[in-house]
Amino acid sequence: MKGKKKSAVVRYNRWGYIFLIPFMVVFVVFQLIPLVTTVYNSFFENFMSGLKQVGPNFIGFKNYIQLLTQGDLLKYFLNTMIMWILGFVPQIILSLLLGSWFTNPQLKLKFQRFFKTVIYLPNLIMASAFAMLFFTLFAKTGPINSILVGMGLFKEPYDFMAHVGSVRGLVAFMNCLMWFGNTTILLMAGMMGISDSLYEAAEVDGATPTQIFWKVTIPLLKPIFIYVVITSLIGGLQMFDVPQILTNGTGDPMRSSMTLIMYLNKHLYSKNFGLAGALSVLLLVLTAILSAIVFRVTAKDEVK
Amino acid sequence: MREEKTRNTVHARRAVAYIVLAIISFLCLFWFYVLFINATRSNGELGRGFTAIPSTHLIENLKNLMTGTLPVLRGLLNSLIVASLTAFLCTYFSTMTAYSIHAYDYAGRKVIFTFILTIMMIPTQVTALGFVKLVQGLHLEDNFIPLIVPSIAAPVTFFYLKQYMDSNLPGELIEAARIDGAGELRIFNTVALPLMRPAIAVQAIFTFVSSWNNYFTPSLILHADKSKTLPILIAQLRAADWLKFDMGQVYAMIAFSIFPVIIVYLVLSKNIVGGVSAGAVKG
Repeated sequence: MKGKKKSAVVRYNRWGYIFLIPFMVVFVVFQLIPLVTTVYNSFFENFMSGLKQVGPNFIGFKNYIQLLTQGDLLKYFLNTMIMWILGFVPQIILSLLLGSWFTNPQLKLKFQRFFKTVIYLPNLIMASAFAMLFFTLFAKTGPINSILVGMGLFKEPYDFMAHVGSVRGLVAFMNCLMWFGNTTILLMAGMMGISDSLYEAAEVDGATPTQIFWKVTIPLLKPIFIYVVITSLIGGLQMFDVPQILTNGTGDPMRSSMTLIMYLNKHLYSKNFGLAGALSVLLLVLTAILSAIVFRVTAKDEVK
Repeated sequence: MREEKTRNTVHARRAVAYIVLAIISFLCLFWFYVLFINATRSNGELGRGFTAIPSTHLIENLKNLMTGTLPVLRGLLNSLIVASLTAFLCTYFSTMTAYSIHAYDYAGRKVIFTFILTIMMIPTQVTALGFVKLVQGLHLEDNFIPLIVPSIAAPVTFFYLKQYMDSNLPGELIEAARIDGAGELRIFNTVALPLMRPAIAVQAIFTFVSSWNNYFTPSLILHADKSKTLPILIAQLRAADWLKFDMGQVYAMIAFSIFPVIIVYLVLSKNIVGGVSAGAVKG
């Protein structure tokens, strides 16, 4: 069809470019130029020492060397990853479970609309307000401690904000709560795309629900599963609002919940543009590498 | 016999599913319930520990909040302005970009499509430094333009709309409009846009909510009290010595940021939940 109407198509194609202009102009001005400036700044010494401005002086890769050898970059990276994994593992398990229940024609679950509405709700909540809410609820004098002590589970109020495990746990829990509904709905879309005849065939062959889940659903779900993992991983690297508000930007206790973006934010606020630039570039590279790894690992499976 | 057994296991599995779903629903809603209860209680009542029954101080707390030190109403207005304009510009121009890739067949079309998908991976935070410098250079601090205009280039929204367009905007329709003598921009506005309405509505809601909730970028460029949005005020509340605060007001402030979105969501939930899966990813 395209071949037949080639002349008409060519005449109109000019408009294809015109319609691209707004996207491209905005992309160049607000993303590409800032990206180039960020990379450029990463090679300069440029910070405030008290009231005195130091730089900008070109120093090559020294910002990168300083970040990688002196700071706590690795620690913050691990913090970020630990909190992401703590939140993501329960999230993906829950989502697979709920997705397979919702789409199972045998189960015929009722109130599906209600459940879907409820599990998706936390995703739309302002993360900063949600973190502030958890901060007040889990405060030493807050309602959660009041409930737990009242029920006799705790002898005395537990200071959730003063322990590494509980702060990381709360961040992970909030992330899980905010994202499992979204993941469930995405996985469901994939599950519903799997033809019923495959399930029927498996049933006729005498497969158990567990076997059907692992041998039919999971392999066919792979593309959407990869998408979920990658987007969650990239989102995890960008973790900021929840730990920032929960710990008031300190990442306490002992900066054990300080994430990479919180670290970046700190440099941006203290106007240490050299280090902020280097950190941004490292984050960009990291994002690219991690997506590539996930792609490769899953592609290898496909060959088998 | 086997039928009987299968039916029993189905019953058992259904029971397990309902129990787990009930627990999960509880875990999703519990926090907002506590928030609601606490927003209705006075500081004194809150100090005496938790009860499950709402009290009578909601109006009082809200009134105190409005007259307090945080510019809450201004923040609400600012958030509304930024989020609405962002949602409008983002969806209109993302549809236009998607239309460009969908409806035309020019050289480099595939390359551009791949390119947009690639930049989808770039986190906004990694360009934040350059972005702040740009905003400072243009003297646009405390201005909403740098929060609104960049949403015109939104690869995620573009991708969603492109997917939807592939299955809902047949080329014959565009051809027919051309034969009728309509101009290309007119075809886009009067033929393509209306057909895309369901997908645009979903994306408008998502863009609105993510702009409404956005904290990182606004906190870097909005410094004056009159331009602050709600998430910045929340952060300010957290940074204040909160123990000295009237806790009734703290809860009222959190409720003030959270409940409008919940109410809108409950009204539109059918579209939203359906929309998440509709065109986002093809399995």
